[in-house]
Amino acid sequence: MAARSIGNGKPKNVVGKPYRKVDARAKCTGQTRFADDIALPRMLYAKLLRSPVPHALIKSIDVSRVLKLPGVVTAITGKELPRTYGILPVSQDEHTLCIDKVRFIGDPVAAIAAVDEDTAFDALDLIDVEYERLESIASIPDAIATSEPRIHDYGDGGNVHKRVALEFGDVDEGFGEADLVREDVFFYEGNTHLPLEQHAAVAHFDPDGKLTLWSSTQTPHYVHRALAKVLELPASHIRVIATPNGGGFGGKSDPFNHEIAVCKLAMITGRPVKITLTREEVFYCHRGRHPVLMWVKTGVKQDGAITAMHFRSFLDGGAYGSYGVASTFYTGALQTVTYDVPRYKFEGVRCFTNKPPCGPKRGHGTPQPRFALEVQIDKIAEQLQIDPAEMRQRHLVPAGSTTANYLHVGSMGLGKCIEKVVAGSDWKNKFGKLAYGRGVGIACSAYLCGAGLPIYWNNMPHSGVQLRLDRQGGVCVMCGSTDIGQGSDSILAYIVAEVLGIDPFDIRVVTADTDLTPVDLGSYSSRVTLMTGNAALQAAERARELLTLAVAEKLGAPIENIGFAERRAFDVENPDRCVTFAEAVQLAESKFGTIGTVGSYTPPRSPGKYKGAGVGPSPAYSYSAAVAEVCVDPETGIVTVDRIWIGHDVGRSINPALVMGQVEGSVYMGLGEALMEEMTYRANRNVVHKFPSMLEYKSPTTLEMCDVTTYLIEDPDPNGPFGAKEVGQGPLLPVPPAIANAVYDAVGVRVDEVPITPEKVLAAIRGRAQGKEPRYGPKTVPEIAWPRSIKVMTPAEGGTGKEMPREAVHARE
Amino acid sequence: MAARKKQKAYLRFNLNGEVIEVAFAPHKTLLEALREDLALTGTKHGCELGECGVCTVLLDGLPVLSCLTLGLDVEGRDVMTIEGMANGAELHPLQDTFADLGAAQCGYCTPGFLLTAKELLEKNPHPTREEIKDALAGNLCRCTGYIKIYEAVELAAARMRGEPAEAPREAIYGCP
Repeated sequence: MAARSIGNGKPKNVVGKPYRKVDARAKCTGQTRFADDIALPRMLYAKLLRSPVPHALIKSIDVSRVLKLPGVVTAITGKELPRTYGILPVSQDEHTLCIDKVRFIGDPVAAIAAVDEDTAFDALDLIDVEYERLESIASIPDAIATSEPRIHDYGDGGNVHKRVALEFGDVDEGFGEADLVREDVFFYEGNTHLPLEQHAAVAHFDPDGKLTLWSSTQTPHYVHRALAKVLELPASHIRVIATPNGGGFGGKSDPFNHEIAVCKLAMITGRPVKITLTREEVFYCHRGRHPVLMWVKTGVKQDGAITAMHFRSFLDGGAYGSYGVASTFYTGALQTVTYDVPRYKFEGVRCFTNKPPCGPKRGHGTPQPRFALEVQIDKIAEQLQIDPAEMRQRHLVPAGSTTANYLHVGSMGLGKCIEKVVAGSDWKNKFGKLAYGRGVGIACSAYLCGAGLPIYWNNMPHSGVQLRLDRQGGVCVMCGSTDIGQGSDSILAYIVAEVLGIDPFDIRVVTADTDLTPVDLGSYSSRVTLMTGNAALQAAERARELLTLAVAEKLGAPIENIGFAERRAFDVENPDRCVTFAEAVQLAESKFGTIGTVGSYTPPRSPGKYKGAGVGPSPAYSYSAAVAEVCVDPETGIVTVDRIWIGHDVGRSINPALVMGQVEGSVYMGLGEALMEEMTYRANRNVVHKFPSMLEYKSPTTLEMCDVTTYLIEDPDPNGPFGAKEVGQGPLLPVPPAIANAVYDAVGVRVDEVPITPEKVLAAIRGRAQGKEPRYGPKTVPEIAWPRSIKVMTPAEGGTGKEMPREAVHARE
Repeated sequence: MAARKKQKAYLRFNLNGEVIEVAFAPHKTLLEALREDLALTGTKHGCELGECGVCTVLLDGLPVLSCLTLGLDVEGRDVMTIEGMANGAELHPLQDTFADLGAAQCGYCTPGFLLTAKELLEKNPHPTREEIKDALAGNLCRCTGYIKIYEAVELAAARMRGEPAEAPREAIYGCP
């Protein structure tokens, strides 16, 4: 029975229907308890003292004055938390509070706990820190050119954090076969998540020596591990509860210094301690989009078929490792899953700079190369005089294939996405045909449905679900996943309700509590619907199996005849012969004892076996295509996006209303990145953040947001629960390049970097009037010694996914 | 024990239809008094400078940013927070449509949007899409792209006018 999974079939009752989210009512009545809404008796308030200088040695820290301030209960410095941590095992480079050195303006050096927040603020002025300034590193070229002083004493030399080089097939041979080879340089400015909720955390250390942390985190499991390491407590004595996140977008995916600091302060004082970051501090937490400089060389045949691609990316990582090694690989991973790229070479470098650390933001490391790739394809199509929509459509990666870099593509609905947006936007009558100042542009993209590998090496499931059925007919689903607004709690309820034939609102969902819920790795890499969904499906099917056996016996019907719907279990051949769902549970409980089941999910093994193959594989890929229509004022350079048509291949919508919301939200965030959002610093070695406030960090309001026409493409994927794929991140990706391509169609100038601000558009238009290249953007990339490539034969060449032995590489060369 | 001498201010005002009394530090904003002294945490904070709109409450029926309003200024006045928007267990039509359409994703900005939209529909029962955008331009949302919010306001407006309205099919399933 277990083999006949309901999850491969067509859903009937709940899946695919626009049910309310299980927490919708709480969110619309102000009842949802975010981290800062928690208040405990005798609670203290913590603040962190942060560095006012970008790069310096700490000569001394003196907390003696602050401890005399009435209302200050304790103060700690880095010496009390000597162990390092970091999200990736290879980058354990953060201290909770800096010990000998600060690396960016905002790096914390001391923490205090006081009886109220005002006192805590005032107390910061009484901590005396002596710094010895070091030369600061402000940019990618700076970092490459300056080997001393080093920001960190690890990495690939000087201020280079990581260098990688991979080659799949012989790209030079591929360029030799091309009719046209283009080389272009692009820049994608960094930007930040800007969740409306500032990060907050509350710690409580109980008299029995157990620690509880409530925090607005997307990854309670990883926070749990970091706390155990740094606090030197047994993990079994630590409980992490992720509160509903007031927006995440990747910005709450690292373990943070403030989370560890409040725990330590709670352990020292024996009182609950809360910290809520100010908006300025949220800008310093950052972990947002890496600024990436890119060089891309692509060879194509006359019909636009790609023969080879060579991609180089230069990432400005900021002051710490964070997810940066993964981000670096991601800038080179997904180029191959949209259009067929038979030979592919990738070289990437991530530098340390004295800025807030970059990390994962919606699309993690892939919007930047996607921007470069899609704008370059537009340029190629123009040179080949092929319609850019048609050129993309012609050369799609086939469903069920393996790319040159060993990513397995399952379902692939990009062709349908392109058809929809081309027809809906009236592309054929608009592209190249609108009046000067108005234009349309197209771009496509793909994204993961969950990282194929966990962040730390292990063979355990990525997601676990526990179900408890009680004899009153109640069902409780428990899972470690964190709802960051995307609706992951609701997805669990919908899937369990579908399988058990009950209403989603009959189900209690308990999530993101390391004491109560089985591990789910967290809300990142668009993994939650696919992975927790599959785990929930397995747990629910196991429960259904137990109920079926008991009900079949009671009704005297064959087990294959037992169906579940409308809170009943019945004989499908004679639906009047039935029991209520609660009775079904009672029958099963009588027969088997207390009814609880578990389900778990581990992604399929990736065919890639080379070093670096861990980033990019996913159980499935979602696809998006977008057409943007823009209006550009040639006098001011102001770009107004009127409408975006977007098609997204979601496999199957577990809840179409929620899918629509994710598509529209992704378009919005892509629009912000394309036109205005930027995390920038004053142009000198002081590396002061230009905009650490919401007033000056521009993000789209209702007045800037464009109209959106959405098409949901449902091409079910065999690996998704009911065929579902991701939707939270992918639809952001085509938006910036579609807008850039539309600006070119409108006014004939290329802005090869985001954000596409009026100044840049105007500079390109004026440049053209002066006879210069009608373009704004970087022209060159720094010289760097790349490591020798790891060479892998492609599947088409008969490769096995393993690195070629040195001798073989040599013989071929 | 406390860092400085404090004298609490004493305030009496109408909060969500009930006259309440509260003592709090006189320098506090209305936002702080609501969250910290009255334990009404439905009103949120996001930017500390009146830019994001998540702290919006209705003061004498008009939307104000509670982070920029001194608590002392509401003496004797009428304040509505998100906790007072539903009529007992019965949701306001806007709360219903926000819930049904997924206009609340993370939900952090939702109280501010709901109260701003409530005031809009009270003065303009038939707003155009442009009028809705204008009214909501002071509230930031990072999740929805605002579109589900517009659709929820339009649907609630129609229902409040007594029309038996449903959300457009394209809003939920996309275009065919």
